[in-house]
Amino acid sequence: MSRPHHRVGPLAAAPGSAPVLDVDALLDDPQTGIIVCCGSGGVGKTTTSAALALRAAERGRKVVVLTIDPARRLAQSMGIAALDNTPRPVAGVEGEGSLDAMMLDMKRTFDEVVESQASPEKAQQILENPFYVALSSSFAGTQEYMAMEKLGQLRRDAQRDGTYDLIVVDTPPSRSALDFLDAPDRLSSFLDGRFVKLLLAPARGPARLMTAGLGIVTSALSKILGGAFLRDLQTFIAAIDTVFGGFRVRAQQTYALLQAPGTAFLVVAAPEPDALREAAYFVERLGQEQMPLAGLVVNRASRAPLGDLSADEAMAASARLKRESAGSETAPVTAGLLRLHADRARMVEREATLRERFAAAHPSIATAVVPALAGDVHDLDGLRVVGGLLAGDVAGDVAGDVAGEE
Amino acid sequence: MSDWPRVRLHVVTGKGGTGKSTVAAALALALASHGKNVLLCEVEGRQGIARMFDVDPLPFEERRIAAGLTGADGASPGAVHALHIDPEAALLEYLSLYYRLGRAGRALDKFGVVEFATTIAPGVRDVLLTGKIYEAVQRNARNKGAIEYDAVVLDAPPTGRITQFLNVSEVAGGLAKVGPIKNQSDTMMTLFRSPRTAIHFVTVLEEMPVQETADGIEEVRAAGLPVGGVVVNLTRPRDLRVKDLGVARRGELDRDGVAADLARVGVAGGDTMVDGLLHEAQEHAVRRALEDSQRKLVKELDVPSYELSRLPQGIDLGGLYELAASLRQQGLA
Repeated sequence: MSRPHHRVGPLAAAPGSAPVLDVDALLDDPQTGIIVCCGSGGVGKTTTSAALALRAAERGRKVVVLTIDPARRLAQSMGIAALDNTPRPVAGVEGEGSLDAMMLDMKRTFDEVVESQASPEKAQQILENPFYVALSSSFAGTQEYMAMEKLGQLRRDAQRDGTYDLIVVDTPPSRSALDFLDAPDRLSSFLDGRFVKLLLAPARGPARLMTAGLGIVTSALSKILGGAFLRDLQTFIAAIDTVFGGFRVRAQQTYALLQAPGTAFLVVAAPEPDALREAAYFVERLGQEQMPLAGLVVNRASRAPLGDLSADEAMAASARLKRESAGSETAPVTAGLLRLHADRARMVEREATLRERFAAAHPSIATAVVPALAGDVHDLDGLRVVGGLLAGDVAGDVAGDVAGEE
Repeated sequence: MSDWPRVRLHVVTGKGGTGKSTVAAALALALASHGKNVLLCEVEGRQGIARMFDVDPLPFEERRIAAGLTGADGASPGAVHALHIDPEAALLEYLSLYYRLGRAGRALDKFGVVEFATTIAPGVRDVLLTGKIYEAVQRNARNKGAIEYDAVVLDAPPTGRITQFLNVSEVAGGLAKVGPIKNQSDTMMTLFRSPRTAIHFVTVLEEMPVQETADGIEEVRAAGLPVGGVVVNLTRPRDLRVKDLGVARRGELDRDGVAADLARVGVAGGDTMVDGLLHEAQEHAVRRALEDSQRKLVKELDVPSYELSRLPQGIDLGGLYELAASLRQQGLA
């Protein structure tokens, strides 16, 4: 019987030998104060964050997890189905530690920032402005910014009151890897931009020289958008400008907090080309920004099949069985099993190739590979299983557990 | 025969990770039969189309990228064209097409208005993107020499954002209460709400994506937008007969029979091999059961559904044509 083919050539020595990510060491290290899980949409970031938080709590830490958009049943089982933007204790956590959880309410977080920075009348004026409403509820990047804002708040409160010693943050599924790190900057650069400055003070200082040009601009805008648009915009900018100093300082503080040694970034991915490409962007970007990267989590990996039978061999055997087994009652089943095996062997091989390539490009990134679970995770037991898999426990008989549930 | 003969604009949405871009590409190939021209648009700056079709990154310009899927009758196929819609370029094109704003357009750019409008001004980005899509569907004399497409397929933003994205008149109406943008967005809404548009949802048979699909359908309907079909993507192979699945799940398959079959066709490996295969079968059966429970929920959504099975080798260009053939056979195209 032939062996699975081996790699030859320059890469043969180390086929995808990424170091293993020691999740428990990371969670147990008292220096680890913040864990940020980032990655593209649909790779299991929320579940990973929640599982890490639960595991850390059950290993004795005082943890709060900030999630963005958990599955409904998971949110319910953690007691955070109601959006109130405040951490709530999670019932059923074992051991000495504690776990609080909260779901981010983007708009409310933004409103709170405005309310804390401006006088009540000014705040009211801002909160009612249509531009503010749109900016706070739909601007791409606001969610990322608010997640970071909330992180800063939780951190300040935790340090003041000693409530938590570990904050786990789930990040929004950004359209691109860059959104999440760029959001604070984008908001600042918008409020600091030339156009905004001109609208604020069209006849002052050097802007006066450009008022001829500005006239064209504003009349073009009025023509296209109608006059009310510009008036609303001017009001909004004048109002938000007064609270803006606060925004910028906080954005910078949060950024510095993320770069500090107590923070650990985990990039979450699935063994798919797109997800791993996004993961590579994250890894590179975090490096450029000098953010402390702890490692890569690859979720939903196919489990390697037992036994030494290649996909091609299994398919050949299945075909032979079909031809030669008149009379065997089990033949259709066995043929099916062989085809399933072939399918899985192909998936495993493909995923391994993808991971090897990632490791070849980023050889120093510690990696944890989490096998796919048979079912969805929607309670603490499920999170414990995921936490165990993250930490490298041998997979339990998950299939049996879930099968019994129906 | 297509279930959607009147539809000119196919909007493909879905939760992240469900493969909506793949489905949009396959649908474009499937629609491009019998000499038809189809435009495949992307709006999220990812250059996913270029990667899938293995071509250079797309500029803001319509490019022919592939021949369509050949029909069963062997009739020569049409062509798929692609367009990567970039909001800044869309704004400048819009200004020059509709306002002949040569000088002012440049002034707008100089003052940072273009950047402002396309990155920050709430909703404007979406209006620009949807505006370009509208233009591609409703070609008129302003855009001289442009191809008139038989269908436009949009690789749209994810389910959570789709209603907001298409509901342009609400967004623009809230900001620009009068003026051409307001009128324009009303005209766009007329198309988006008409039977010439269909919003298809891509999902996989897992709890959260199916739930999100149900929520998305409800939201889209509430906004008066037309729901198309549900494309169930990445389904598992069905190599075990239904009657064997329950047995496999309980771990009660005939071990000796399987061992004898394996020995007969020369599969070595002894007990380990037999146990391995039976264990795989059990896991597979558990997942199939979960899939079936989700499939039932999809059926209850009461919209036409289509299934695409997972290709074990991943998606390449050939794989896209395979999926396209399946979609056409099932009637999405």
